[in-house]
Amino acid sequence: MMVRERLRQNISAAFYRHGLLCASYPVPIILFTSASILTCCYPLLKLPLPGTGPVEFTTGVRDYSIPSHESPGDLSERPDWYQGPPVAYIQQVLVKAAVSPWDNSLVPVDVFRSPLGRVFSVLEEIRNHVYTDRSLEALCLQVTDLLPGLRRMQAVLPEHGCLLVSPGNYWQNRRDLFDADPDLLKTVHQHEPKGLHTSATLKDLLFGVPGKQTGVSLYNKKRVVTYTITIALSSYDARFVASLRARLKQLHPSANCTLREDHMVHVHFKEEIGIAELIPLVTTYIILFAYIYFSTRKIDMVKSKWGLALAAVVTVLSSLLMSVGLCTLFGLTPTLNGGEIFPYLVVVIGLENVLVLTKSVVSTPVDLEVKLRIAQGLSNESWSIMKNMATELCIILIGYFTFVPAIQEFCLFAVVGLVSDFFLQMFFFTTVLSIDIRRMELADLNRRLPAEAGMPPPKPGPLRPRETPPPPRPSPHTITLQAPAFRNLRLPKRLRVVYFLARTRLAQRIIMVGTVIWIGILVYTDPAGLRTLLAAQVSEQSPLGEAGLPPHLGVAPVFPGRDPTSTLSVLPAPEPTPLPENQSQGHRAARPEVVPVSSPQITWGPEDEELWRRLSFRHWPALFSYYNITLAKRYISILPVIPVTLHLSPQEAIDTRHPQDTHHAPPPSIKTSDLQADLTLYKVAALGLFAGVVLVLLLFCLYRVLCPRNYGQNGVPHGRRRRGDLPCDEYGYSPPISEISPLLLRGHSMDIECLASDGMLLASCCLARQIRVWDAQTGDCLTVIPNNGPRASWGQTFGNQEEDLLGADFREPGGGAVGRPDVDIFPIRRRTTPARPALFGDQPDLTPLIDTNFGSLPPSQTLSSSGFDFGGLVEKAYQEHETSPTLAFPPSPPASQQRRRSLGDQPVLPPELPPQNNGDWDSSVWAMELRGNLIATGRSSGKLELWDAVEGSLRCSNEDGVSGITALAFLNNRIVAARLNGSLDFFTVEITKPLGLLQYRGPPGRGSLPPSPCYSSEDVISCQLTRSVQCAHQKQITVLKAAAGRVVTGSQDHTVRVYRLEDSCCLFTLQGHSGGITAIYIDQTMVLASGGQDGTICVWDVLTGSRVSHVYGHRGDVTSLVCTTSCIISSGLDDLICIWDRSTGIKLYSIQQEVGCGASLGVISESLLVTGGQGCVSFWDLNYGDLLQTVYLGQSSEGQSVRQLLVLDNAAIVCDFGNELSLVYVPSVLEKLD
Amino acid sequence: MSADVLLSGGAPMRRGPYISRITNRTMNLLIRAAMLFMVGVFLALVLNLLQVQRNVTLFPPDVISSIFSSAWWVPPCCGTAAALIGLLYPCMDRRLGEPHKLKREWSNVMRCVAVFVGINHASAKVDFANNVQLSLTLAALSVGLWWTFDRSRSGFGLGVIIAILATLATQLLVYNGVFQYTSPDFLYIRSWLPCIFFAGVITVGNIGRQLALYEYKVSQEKTHQD
Repeated sequence: MMVRERLRQNISAAFYRHGLLCASYPVPIILFTSASILTCCYPLLKLPLPGTGPVEFTTGVRDYSIPSHESPGDLSERPDWYQGPPVAYIQQVLVKAAVSPWDNSLVPVDVFRSPLGRVFSVLEEIRNHVYTDRSLEALCLQVTDLLPGLRRMQAVLPEHGCLLVSPGNYWQNRRDLFDADPDLLKTVHQHEPKGLHTSATLKDLLFGVPGKQTGVSLYNKKRVVTYTITIALSSYDARFVASLRARLKQLHPSANCTLREDHMVHVHFKEEIGIAELIPLVTTYIILFAYIYFSTRKIDMVKSKWGLALAAVVTVLSSLLMSVGLCTLFGLTPTLNGGEIFPYLVVVIGLENVLVLTKSVVSTPVDLEVKLRIAQGLSNESWSIMKNMATELCIILIGYFTFVPAIQEFCLFAVVGLVSDFFLQMFFFTTVLSIDIRRMELADLNRRLPAEAGMPPPKPGPLRPRETPPPPRPSPHTITLQAPAFRNLRLPKRLRVVYFLARTRLAQRIIMVGTVIWIGILVYTDPAGLRTLLAAQVSEQSPLGEAGLPPHLGVAPVFPGRDPTSTLSVLPAPEPTPLPENQSQGHRAARPEVVPVSSPQITWGPEDEELWRRLSFRHWPALFSYYNITLAKRYISILPVIPVTLHLSPQEAIDTRHPQDTHHAPPPSIKTSDLQADLTLYKVAALGLFAGVVLVLLLFCLYRVLCPRNYGQNGVPHGRRRRGDLPCDEYGYSPPISEISPLLLRGHSMDIECLASDGMLLASCCLARQIRVWDAQTGDCLTVIPNNGPRASWGQTFGNQEEDLLGADFREPGGGAVGRPDVDIFPIRRRTTPARPALFGDQPDLTPLIDTNFGSLPPSQTLSSSGFDFGGLVEKAYQEHETSPTLAFPPSPPASQQRRRSLGDQPVLPPELPPQNNGDWDSSVWAMELRGNLIATGRSSGKLELWDAVEGSLRCSNEDGVSGITALAFLNNRIVAARLNGSLDFFTVEITKPLGLLQYRGPPGRGSLPPSPCYSSEDVISCQLTRSVQCAHQKQITVLKAAAGRVVTGSQDHTVRVYRLEDSCCLFTLQGHSGGITAIYIDQTMVLASGGQDGTICVWDVLTGSRVSHVYGHRGDVTSLVCTTSCIISSGLDDLICIWDRSTGIKLYSIQQEVGCGASLGVISESLLVTGGQGCVSFWDLNYGDLLQTVYLGQSSEGQSVRQLLVLDNAAIVCDFGNELSLVYVPSVLEKLD
Repeated sequence: MSADVLLSGGAPMRRGPYISRITNRTMNLLIRAAMLFMVGVFLALVLNLLQVQRNVTLFPPDVISSIFSSAWWVPPCCGTAAALIGLLYPCMDRRLGEPHKLKREWSNVMRCVAVFVGINHASAKVDFANNVQLSLTLAALSVGLWWTFDRSRSGFGLGVIIAILATLATQLLVYNGVFQYTSPDFLYIRSWLPCIFFAGVITVGNIGRQLALYEYKVSQEKTHQD
């Protein structure tokens, strides 16, 4: 334990120093970090770009031997995949055939019918070729069944035999079928896929040349048909291949062919990413984006949220790059597919630390220097960061010991990534954060308005380092309230809208980026397919391709035997001297618009050497995959092509004609072709559009699913409520801002001493002994129970002096326990109270004023100072004002004045009222409780009175005790009164209904009535003393609380006693404090907490009487205590509000209050704390210690501090300051109630 | 408790909101169930694709159809199961009275989903020496997932129970010949299936809890107020 603590302290101190360093020299550190990132990423340059395209390696044919499996140490240029035999050797026989000389009597079909027909003879030749008892059957790659999904290709592709494909496969390699085929083109095209296709098509496979080059079309201007016969050989026999080559060349000599025949190309295929594999990948990326989005959403209260989010993402990304770079540097080349594991790496490394850092720094007091804030924030989170990192490293270590190579590699990367991420967080992100915070402070200074006061400390868990050692402030978690003028919290609505827009724009951006990435991946994985497709579209579209080029080519006949290089078909040859026969052909055409007929020329150029390069790079994998042979991570060897040239005579072409061939009508098919091209283009466009729309919709749906609530609707009345609905809201609760307006209740002439409420009604009693009853909903003054004198008034001078004295008085005992008699002065008080009536017996109206004011002061006789002798003053004042009775005290509203008079003039006191009515006014009200519409007041004279709150009449009174009542509890129909002498009296209120009717006597128009039992004015109410516990405590009782059928008293004698309410039986005497009890909390759930003068707080189990926890909380008295289900909130004389975890007793954090406001606090809901300040109340998020809002109570009340705070059931807060009451609603709480 | 308020002649204005609260709750439940269903279907499709890839390295050109290569009833089943589990988890939390408190944020849920997909990915892509090693690794990963994102005993218990039930159901299905695995090593199925089920339950439970978070908050607020 000690080691742990010391370690923690050391870590904290180190982080603190580091934070200071980072914040002090931001620019050099950022430069240093960038340099190190670049250095670490440098090895990445050597890495080949990860891709799925095939890789080639060329060797000579002559000295070829099958590469061995041994490591090729000597041959440095030899790639590492070039080991072992290839999957297959590909021998292509490239056939170029043409009908020459071309005759105008020939129809377009003749261009390819007879040349294609010759494929069967060539095939025959190849099949039957034998070289020293080796035949093709022995050497070729034997294939078995096609994949089950390819039934429709069964007729076309070879099965159970040699893998030998040629255009003849369309007709099952049978000449008779070919001859009987009326429409060759239809046969060829019937297998073509309809829509957009990116991989090799059947036509490509069988013809072995790109579709445009085959020349099998009705509009073939060159009239040369090109196709290949592809033979896959399983073993390479150089002599057999050579003899086959020689044989074919001999049979079909190619006159001007100079193709090189000495190179063999080995093509290695990587593992392919198909669309099927892309879908999980895209899913993981989407999840990754969502993760980043939700993480960055949490960054708050900084100058530039997106800047920081960007910095966070940059941190994670560059740490990944660094890890890869470092791994490469130390010789670990990544074999994993980077794109696939990348999202998981990001998720493992995570953005959490970055966010935790931000929150921690932001939650430090704003008035500190930036350096110190950064340092404090860092050191606050140091322990959790280190702990998390250690845990992650442990997990990864465990993963490393699975001894699965792939997992080990992942773990290695993750470890390096974690470490570099930590490094970057510490140096890069911290520095960026310091710059950001400094910017914010500058901006705030410029605006003369600090944006946020009392930043929210992130409180993820209750276990949080209580101290950080080095900071100069005693407690780093103390939230210092700023000067009131500087408090302006949360964002205004406009900014929220802007943020909302910003958020949605982020969504749009993600969609855009996602689309771009998607397209990029498509292009990257299938460059050939897409490119050829696009190229095809372009060439088909352009009029030049069809109309512009052919005339040139058409009139560019070339003599056989000319230099082959100059006869490249793509070269628009200059007008040569035309041959006579050509001219004659042109003349025979007789129409200038008819394409001039030229004899087709078969030419061989270097582009024919490796015609397979023009094919989709998926050509070979596709071919082999039909037979369930994968080429992934393997290679094939492509042998030099064998050229075959076929010249056919026109007669031969005519002989092979099918009877239907001549019926072809070319012109309409031109149209259809154009139409087709157009259609394909439209199809592509529509598909693209559709894909885009679907993607957008998908992402939108995802967005809505993840964030289903509409949190931007500000205009709609339910907007606020909706915002509360947000499942994404991490606070779970955010009271709407700027809509809390306090309601001022004026009317009391002097400072308010007692406050009581039952939720619907609110009763207040001021020092002038005037009791006013207010409607807690509307703030209307309902009743005024006067202190027996409409003439009550006093001189200005007296008032002033009194105020001064009050001011002095209230500071003395400190804290907010002003309304309650202070315990230390009780003995003196006891002496003075009885003396009062004797002094002013004849003037009952004015003496009570003085009495209450000086109830806590030494009596005037005992003082040498004349300033306290107010008797004379008051008398004078009274006599003065006797002449002008209209000068009633001004603040009282006329309506209530009237009412009061009307009530007061008639016999206010019921007949059963004791005749010592006058004495009633002499004593001050020390305690007051309100239940239903009954107000119970405890007087200093020991009298207990019950008033009707609505009518203002005294219903009953009890004078059994003589000692002053210091505290009252009113529960059900029982009243418990604690007296100065330490005795405890239990009273029972009995209601006798004269008419036997429970009448509803609420004032009309008020919708809400007290749910507690109502007493009608006809009822006869009596108050009986049922039991009096004479020596409940050794010393006077200071606190009395009742709830859940228990009465709890706290006393100066250091003990707490628990009584049962029904039978006044003392259940427990709780001992544990070493000072007088000053605060007690008990609620319906039997939670009992007590605080004492020694500053300790004890939590007790009411059922067993045992002490649950005991914490030392404050320097000085604990002035008030509130519990919620999870925490205890205490305030002390040291003006500190501390929040404790209830189960563990650990201090979560504390809030520094202003002087004199310490005791006023209340809990509105589980997560909302309200505290009083100088002329304002502040709302805090209890879970996070986040100051939510400060509400100012009035312009005039700046100097007045809130001394007492009462939370009502409907979430209004009543606080008294000076002689005014203030009603503050928390609207969102109200709405949630609805 | 609102009914009590009504009966005691309290505020009559609470009547309307009470009804609306009921409707809100059912609506809320429906929305949550629908969302969870969609998540389940989506995950089932994607993960099925991963499993299909395990056996076929190169796809025939009509890859898109292979997304739906599994039987049609698998995704709806997964969706229904996801909805049930996702609703069961918060419900159980409330019943047991120990609300899940660990890091309840959407970013964390996303992280959890990502790790779940990663586990599936690993099971499909990584070449293990033998099935025991694969199963053990996946079991460790699943428990790690639980520890990182859940840590509640009830969550673990429910996860294990559902995983066992689901495995049993799969066994029965395979036994009756509805479908089959390529190389069964655990009776009729693959031995890593329970681990995947467990991780899936934890993930879906996490999502469900996060979705229920709001409703829970509101009701808590209300009980407090009442």
